Amino acid sequence: MDLSYSAEEDAFRAEVRAFLEAELPPELAEKVRLGRDLTKDEMEGWHATLNARGWLAPNWPKAFGGAEWNAVQRHIFDEEAAAAHAPRVVPFGLSMLGPVLQKFGNKAQQDHWLPRILDGTDWWCQGYSEPGAGSDLASLKTRAVRDGDHYVVNGQKTWTTLGQHANMIFCLVRTDADAKQQEGISFLLIDMDSPGVEVRPIILLDGSHEVNEVWFTDVRVPVENLVGEENKGWTYAKYLLTHERTGLGGVGFSQAGLEAVKRIARAETHNGKPLIENSHFAARIAHVEIELRAMATTNLRAISKAAAGEAPGLEASMLKVKGSVIRQEINDLARRAVGPYAMPFASEGVAGANDAVPDPHDAGPVAAQYFNNRKLSIFGGSNEIQRGIIAKVAMGGGR
Amino acid sequence: MNFELTEERRMLQDTLRRYLRAEYSTERRNAILDSEAGYAPEIWRGLAELGVIGALFDEAQGGFGGAGFDIAVVFEELGRAGVVEPLLDGALLAGRALAMAGRQALVDDLIAGEVQLAFAHYEPGGRYDLDFVRTDATGGRLTGRKAVVMHAGAADHLVVSARAGDEIGLYLVAGDAAGLDIRDYPLLAGGRAGEVVLDETPAEPLGLGYNALCGLIDLAVVAQCAEALGAMETAVALTQDYLMTRKQFGRPIGTFQALAHRMADLLIELEQARSAVINAAGMVGTDQQAATLAASKVLMGRVGQLVAEEAIQMHGGIAMTQEYELAHIAKRIVMADHRFGDADYHLERFIALSAA
Repeated sequence: MDLSYSAEEDAFRAEVRAFLEAELPPELAEKVRLGRDLTKDEMEGWHATLNARGWLAPNWPKAFGGAEWNAVQRHIFDEEAAAAHAPRVVPFGLSMLGPVLQKFGNKAQQDHWLPRILDGTDWWCQGYSEPGAGSDLASLKTRAVRDGDHYVVNGQKTWTTLGQHANMIFCLVRTDADAKQQEGISFLLIDMDSPGVEVRPIILLDGSHEVNEVWFTDVRVPVENLVGEENKGWTYAKYLLTHERTGLGGVGFSQAGLEAVKRIARAETHNGKPLIENSHFAARIAHVEIELRAMATTNLRAISKAAAGEAPGLEASMLKVKGSVIRQEINDLARRAVGPYAMPFASEGVAGANDAVPDPHDAGPVAAQYFNNRKLSIFGGSNEIQRGIIAKVAMGGGR
Repeated sequence: MNFELTEERRMLQDTLRRYLRAEYSTERRNAILDSEAGYAPEIWRGLAELGVIGALFDEAQGGFGGAGFDIAVVFEELGRAGVVEPLLDGALLAGRALAMAGRQALVDDLIAGEVQLAFAHYEPGGRYDLDFVRTDATGGRLTGRKAVVMHAGAADHLVVSARAGDEIGLYLVAGDAAGLDIRDYPLLAGGRAGEVVLDETPAEPLGLGYNALCGLIDLAVVAQCAEALGAMETAVALTQDYLMTRKQFGRPIGTFQALAHRMADLLIELEQARSAVINAAGMVGTDQQAATLAASKVLMGRVGQLVAEEAIQMHGGIAMTQEYELAHIAKRIVMADHRFGDADYHLERFIALSAA
């Protein structure tokens, strides 16, 4: 047992920190810190900065233009990026589609699509969930019917994150309506500019527009946009879910969030004393911090295992549950800390709303974030689904 | 022992519930939320015509109620429908202050729905502390700042707390007074509020001091607890319906024990909340008032958070959308803890009162 990083890892951290100090624009970091919505240009600009350094695709092999970092390096980068309030890299092309194309795509698809992900030619979004297929994803109904050199796609996807910016969508579609649920699904790449594709915004409860509905009406998709084999899409989708990933617990976000809570609680006063000295509030902070310290080590254990090339076990599900709950508790503390000033509506959703909204501690829209981050325990396989996976493996004889 | 509402209160409850069911649908409410004013004057007048404002005052004050249970009945129904019209601050707090001060003409206008009032007490930096009043009252003029004042921008008159020397008192300020600046903004859970800046603003003393202020805030706590209860009842009912109708894996999701047991817990906690509101309403005016109100506000804060978060979680994605009824209701529930002292504030009070 040794809880310290190696000299190489420390050097890598220093390199990452120096890069962030030099390249992350302060005004962009400030927007991220305050939870403001970023424009498409800002997100693309940060991608370009990372790409210029060769760090945009940390998990891709060098052969495909990635950084080929191991799990520990990726963790160090995530931790430093969160602490510096760097924007999150939009994951759909880089972390989701990229690995699938590298594993299951043909050479022509790899040569065509992968460079376009890196240089920002394409903005990908994910077409998985449907109104009737959420936790039960395999019950999806969007149909793709072969017609000569094309598939004709009809149906509806929902919760399509940042779909309003995307020009491409990777979709799970049903190509065999008679097969057993998981066996009739294919993985299809669809150009959002095709006739018959319509994107409609979904406004979330905090007033933000980050997700959409995507409707397909007789959309013609060339057959060369099928990834892998027809009716094997579920395997590729599952590969995505089990694909070794870091950052699931959101440790960096929680650490940055906890620092913000402490900063607010030092500035806020109750009975003439800083809120952070109030025993009830201090206890709330301490309980979350104690959980976070333990989870950070659980996270490192999982990372260390992955870096050693061991197959992932249940850590992903466990970190998703614990990590989302901790992040939500930190959002809860931030909203409590600002007291009555949690009430003003400071979301970006209402134009001009921020101009007049008081924010005495420069805390940002903490109550809006509290509500927005209720999504953390719902999306990407809800915490109920994750607990089901854990219980099934523990007691039901394997996945 | 009798836990039945009186005939009059039951009629008020029925009338109000029917009115809001007809006039305050989710679509209508979403339109009000998006409106520039942040509230609907015709709903305000409609509520006044039904006697909802009159129910908050006793007969001597020109009303027909005014007791803890009158307040609880009214605000539970307003909460159930997610009403954003500012009855708590504009009618109950400001109105009862004016009634105590003998400003009967204004109270009559309020009960008739013809005047809009605001109650400006809490200040920036003061959090929920009741005696944190730095607004200065000298020579009939007020100078200071008030935080998150509900519907301040729409008010014809404001009741404002200020300090003259060591004495905290309440003052009446006209909405168009000189030296009054209101910076108005929308609220996350609907409606609008404003930062009220007073600069040598002319004001009339109401002859009410700190004890009167504390008594008013106690009434507001009863109302806020009841409003949160009504909203929690809606959240639980929506969740129950959804669990029985939404199907995944070929069956209603409420048949999964992992969700069924959590639904059962919500129902248990909702009964706790109902009793806490009954305790609060019933102990107004007794020597148990202070401790009971603190206890109820703590419990409503805890249960409210549980109900809001679990209702969203058990619904899943649909509850994250602004359009769906639960979103607004869940925000009302959580934001109720940010008014008149949160759960931690009242826990401290309760501990201090129990130790005494």
